Order: sequence, then structure tokens, then C-alpha cells
Amino acid sequence: MSSRPAPTLVEPFEAADRQHEAMVFGLWLFLATEILFFGGFFFLYAVARLQDPTGFAAGGHKANLLLGTINTLLLMSSSATLTIAERAIQAEWRRAARIGIVATLALGTAFLAVKGFEYREDLSEHLFPTMPDFPFKAVGAIRFWSFYWLITMIHAVHLTIGLAFVARLLWLDRIGTLGPRWMVAEVTTLYWHLVDIVWLLLWPLLYLVGR
Amino acid sequence: MRSDDTGLLAREPGERTYLTEGTTLRSWLLSTDHKRIAILYAVSITMFFFIGGAAATVIRLELFTPKGDLVTADTYNRLFTLHGVIMVWFFLVPSIPATLGNFLLPLMIGAKDVAFPRLNLMSWYLYVIAGLFTLAALLLGGVDTGWTFYTPFSTLYSNSYVLLAAFGIFVVGFSSIATGINFIATVHLLRTKGMTWMRLPLFCWAMYATSMVMVLATPVLAMAMLLICAERLLGLPIFDPRAGGDPLLFQHLFWFYSHPAVYIMILPAMGVVSEIIACEARRRVFGYQFMVYAMLVIAMIGFLVWGHHMFVSGQSPFASMIFSFLSFVIAVPSAIKVFNWTGTLYRGTIRFSAPMLYALGFVGLFTLGGLTGLFLASIPVDVHLSDTYFVVAHFHYIMVGGAVSAFFGGLHFWWPKITGRLYSETFARSAALWLFFGFNFTFFPQFILGYLGMPRRYHEYPPEFQVWNVMSSTGAVVLGVGYLMPLFYLTYSLFHGERAPDNPHQATGLEWTTSSPPPKHNFLVAPVVETEAYAYHDWDEAPGGADETMQDERA
Repeated sequence: MSSRPAPTLVEPFEAADRQHEAMVFGLWLFLATEILFFGGFFFLYAVARLQDPTGFAAGGHKANLLLGTINTLLLMSSSATLTIAERAIQAEWRRAARIGIVATLALGTAFLAVKGFEYREDLSEHLFPTMPDFPFKAVGAIRFWSFYWLITMIHAVHLTIGLAFVARLLWLDRIGTLGPRWMVAEVTTLYWHLVDIVWLLLWPLLYLVGR
Repeated sequence: MRSDDTGLLAREPGERTYLTEGTTLRSWLLSTDHKRIAILYAVSITMFFFIGGAAATVIRLELFTPKGDLVTADTYNRLFTLHGVIMVWFFLVPSIPATLGNFLLPLMIGAKDVAFPRLNLMSWYLYVIAGLFTLAALLLGGVDTGWTFYTPFSTLYSNSYVLLAAFGIFVVGFSSIATGINFIATVHLLRTKGMTWMRLPLFCWAMYATSMVMVLATPVLAMAMLLICAERLLGLPIFDPRAGGDPLLFQHLFWFYSHPAVYIMILPAMGVVSEIIACEARRRVFGYQFMVYAMLVIAMIGFLVWGHHMFVSGQSPFASMIFSFLSFVIAVPSAIKVFNWTGTLYRGTIRFSAPMLYALGFVGLFTLGGLTGLFLASIPVDVHLSDTYFVVAHFHYIMVGGAVSAFFGGLHFWWPKITGRLYSETFARSAALWLFFGFNFTFFPQFILGYLGMPRRYHEYPPEFQVWNVMSSTGAVVLGVGYLMPLFYLTYSLFHGERAPDNPHQATGLEWTTSSPPPKHNFLVAPVVETEAYAYHDWDEAPGGADETMQDERA
């Protein structure tokens, strides 16, 4: 990796490798807080599923497997395109980098769009627990759908923030400073991967549990 | 020496400090200098301290008489909730880390700034935004759930501004996460040449341990607050037992943060006190390495004791036994620290300066608060004392007697460095003694009240408790005056205080090697460290004699 462009140094750093170490370390610390944050939700899931496994599975059966799977594929591809973009930035292949970033933005936005359609489907089937004609009586099913709405919305918020950071990369490329600021791309990619990994856990937990 | 001019920012011609680099409001509000952000934090937490203090004043006024004659029961609920929320999240948690820590950590390790200066500024803005949400909740009519937000009351029944307050706490959590990440990265990556881990001042270790707790505990609070919002706003039945939710789950999530949060408040205080005692006794800290490990162990075990808040909640008795045992265990490293502070004083040349009076006050109050904590860690005793004034007295000894005394001690100790001015030692010493007296006068009677069975969170009480309540409320007046005193003489010193020399206490530590106040980038030349912290005397002058001489030769 000796061919990386000379990075822009920011206060208080005086050496590139130290700054690199700090940025990656700082972002991993942030990811640790995210893991604890989502960890709380997975704890909630475990409690709900253990207390009424059959009701929980019955609720999960209604989850839209097709759209969920499409979304999983979209996000996994976006991880690949962003990684390609990040490596391309370090190798100073500007065109490849730009294509990778735009592809990531497109895939991420497509995910949100599919999620929107999925929400509409869910609502048309009255799958929000407070709706008067919510189809289940079982406690487990109510808790499954509470968890579903909560976690997918929180995940979507994370993804939207991620999209903003990726869009920032495109803007840095536009003003021509992306090359020396490859560290920004690296930490953005780390964050994006976390959002993807959370979804990778949610896919079996939400869509496969009732099958 | 500098000329004796007056005015906060007036300096000798050509002299440049962090205070003179830009004097516009904009240059403060957009500054990424850790020293200026520390000042921004100091001003904001002082404001919140007095708001929280005002609520406490009304509470104590109400409790002068057994009848609820000053405020209604409902107003009283809102008052103690306001007091708790403001004091915990908007004063105590950021108090030492965000002010003294922000100012001193980079100076103590010889760095130019924290690792992520812009993130540091962002953390202050998050704090302000969160504060505005919480103040909005207060101005609109308040919250009546207590600072603990127990479900299902907070989610299903309370007709108050729970959402706004919970959201404020959610946001302020990110402010402490940002500070925590910044401090950990700073200690890891920005130590100057020669500043090895075992040469770090104990204050830096305290900041490091505190930051670990902030980073690992706060996300769970964020999540718990979000769940409250989800249940109130969207009606998702998470804690509602009628729809299969579990109200106890909230208590687990809440205390998983809020017990470690006690250590977020007390570990920085321990760091401050270690610095002051070593300097004012002119001694090396007794058992430096044990002090370090004790702090790290406290930070770690602090995560495993939350269940002792739930002994009467109906949780499994086996869980209660484990939590009880671990709560006793955590007393061991805390006791090590108290013994080591005492050991540091042994054969020292003790100066009873104002910071030292605060620090010694801390050791006493912390010991009392800690030992009564052991009463509460014991299940049979806790069942009797649960939700009484004994608990209130216990945690005020730790959080007010301990953490606030240490904060004031640290503020005085580093005041000359921060402002470049000396305060009046006579006033400061009398304030320290006054506060110690006022504090005990206020809170000691509450131990007796709790032992006699007076429950907390009531605005009325049977007349036989009145004598103790009158004592406590009178003490609160004394305490209130004590808190106002530093506000006056410290402000006075800003404008009329004598110029501070670079190292007024003849202390060790890199922060004293630069000018008072420090220049924008802290040091003109990056410092190099060649000795351990607290080299106040040669090793062979230490009470152990020969052994420690050998340690010196090894080094």
C-alpha cells in the first residue's frame, strides 16, 4: 500500500501514519458503541422469542421474504461497490472510484425504496401492532412486529446517515480533494459495512424465523 | 513576572495565550481548541448546576414542614425529576471529564489537542441541543417520572413531557460518547515522547477508565430511551405487560447504564484527588500501579452490579445473590484507593490549601458514602432501606459530597493554569470548610431518616420525622450559600486576581511546564518525559527505604 497518495494532515497530527491509526481506531471505538446499541435490541429479540416461540414464529411467517431478500442482495452489493471505490481512491483511479461511489449511492437508495414498498405491503396487511385489525392475538407475534418496525426504522436511519457520508465522498471528489483524503473514504466504508452487517443479522432473524 | 494589569484578557504586549487568539463570540463558538471547549462546557454546566440546585432548594423548602403546604404532590414529583435529570446528565456526567478533562488531558500527556478536535466541538453542541430539549420539557410543565423513567408509568400513564426529556437524554448520551471516543484515542495515540503508560498521571488514567465506561454503557441508555419513545409515540408494546411486554426489562437496560454512570461520575473525581493529594503532601502517590489497576477494575466490575438496584423488583433471588456479592467485591478496589491516598499522606509535608481541603473532604465523604453502599449491597438490609432516605443520603455522599467536592478541588487547583489568575486563598479555604460542614449538615440527617423508615419522593411525611427534616433543610441553606461563594471569589479573581506564575503549587506534571494560561498549541516545543509522575522526592526518601531504592536503580 505504499502507493497511497500523500494525505491531508489535520490538527493535531504531524505524521500520516499516526493520523491514519487514530481515524481507524476512533471509528472502531464508535462501532463498538453501535454494537452495544444494537446489542440491546438483539437482547430484546431474544427475550421476546424465548418467552413465546410459537407466537413469535407465527408473526414472523408474515414477513415479506422476497423483498427482504432483494434488500439483502442490494446491500451486500453496495458493500462490494464501496470497497472497490475505497481501494480505487487509494490507487488514484478516479474514474473507477467515482463509479463505485455512485453505484453505492444507487444501491443504498434502492434499498430504502424497496423498504418503503415493503412497509406499504405490511401496512396493507395491517401488520402494525397498534392497528385495530392486527391479525394476531399471540403475545409473541405482537412482539415480533414491534421489533420488526423498530429495528428496521432504526436501521434505515443508520443507512440514511451512511448515504449522506457516501454522498460527501462524491462531493470531495467533485472539488478534487478526495485523493489526499482517502482516510475519510476508509472510515466511511467501515461505517457502511457495519450497517450492512446489522442487516445481514436482521435478514435471518426477521425473514427466516417463521419459515 | 508579568506586569500587574487588570482585566480578563489584558496581557503584556505581544504575549499570546489561548484566551487572546480571537476574542469574538464566533472565535469561541467555532473553536476546536480543547481549552476553549472546556470553558464552553464549564459555563454551560454551571448554568445547569444552578437550575438543578434551584429545584433542590424548593424540594428542601417543602420538606421543612410535615404537611404538603408549599407545592402540590404533582409539582413535587416534577421538581425532583427535574433535579435528578439535570444534575445527573447535564452536570455530574460531563462535570469533570468535559471541563477539567478536556482542558488538562492533552496538556498532561504533552499533546497539542485531543485526537478529534472537531468531534470535541460537536460534543458540546450536542450537549447544548440536548439541554434545550430538556429545558423545553421543563418550561412546558415538567416530567413526573423521576430521573429513572420506570415503565410502565413513563410509557403508559404519565401525562407529562416524557418524550422531550427522554429525547434530550438520548442526545446528551451522544455528547458523552463523543467525549469518550476522543479521550481514549487521545491517550492511546498522542502521548508525547517518553510518556509511557506507567508514567501517565492518575488523572489521565481516570479519564481513560471513565471514557471506557462512557463508550460502553451510554449506547444502552440511548437504546432504552429510544424504546420509551417508541412505546409512547408509536404505541409499540415493548414494556406494556398487557401486550406481552416486560416492564422489568426497562429496569435492567436502564441500570445497565446508570450504575456504570455512577463510576463515570466518581472515577474522574478519584483522578483529581490523586493529583491534589500528591502535590499538596509533596509525596509520590503510594502504590501508583495499584491505583491504576484499581480504577480499571472499578470500571470493569461497575458493569456487573446493576442488579443491586432491583433487589425488591422480584428478580430471581439467585441473580440478587450474585449482584450482591459483586457489589461487595467492587468495594475492594475502592478501599485500595482510600488506603493509598492515606498512605500518600504518610510522612508528607501537608499544605492545607483550598484544593487540599476539598480533596481531604472528598476522601472522608467518599468513605462514608462507600461504606453505606455496602449496607445497601446486602440484600436483607436493602429490603429494609430500599426507597428510603438512606439511599438518597448514600448516593448524595458519593455524587455530591464526593464528585462535586473533587470538581471544586480540581477547579481551584488548576484555576491559575486555566485563567492565569490566583484566587483568594482565605476565601477559598473558608468556602471548602463551609461546604464540608453544610454538606454533612444536609445529608447526614437523611441517613437517620431513612433508617427510621421515611420513604423518598414524598412531599408530606409523619410529624415525628420533622426534626431531622428541619436539620437537613437548614443544612441545605448552608450548602447553597457554600456553592455561591466560589462563584463570587473566583469571578472576582478573573478580573482582579494576582497574576499566576506558571507553576504556583510547585507541582509535577507537564501542564505546569507551560505558561499560565497556556498558548494555543499548549507547548512551544513538544515536551519529553524522563521521570515517573509525581517525582516529588527521591525514591530512597520514601517510607519503604531500601526496596524502593532498588526500584529506582532498575528504572
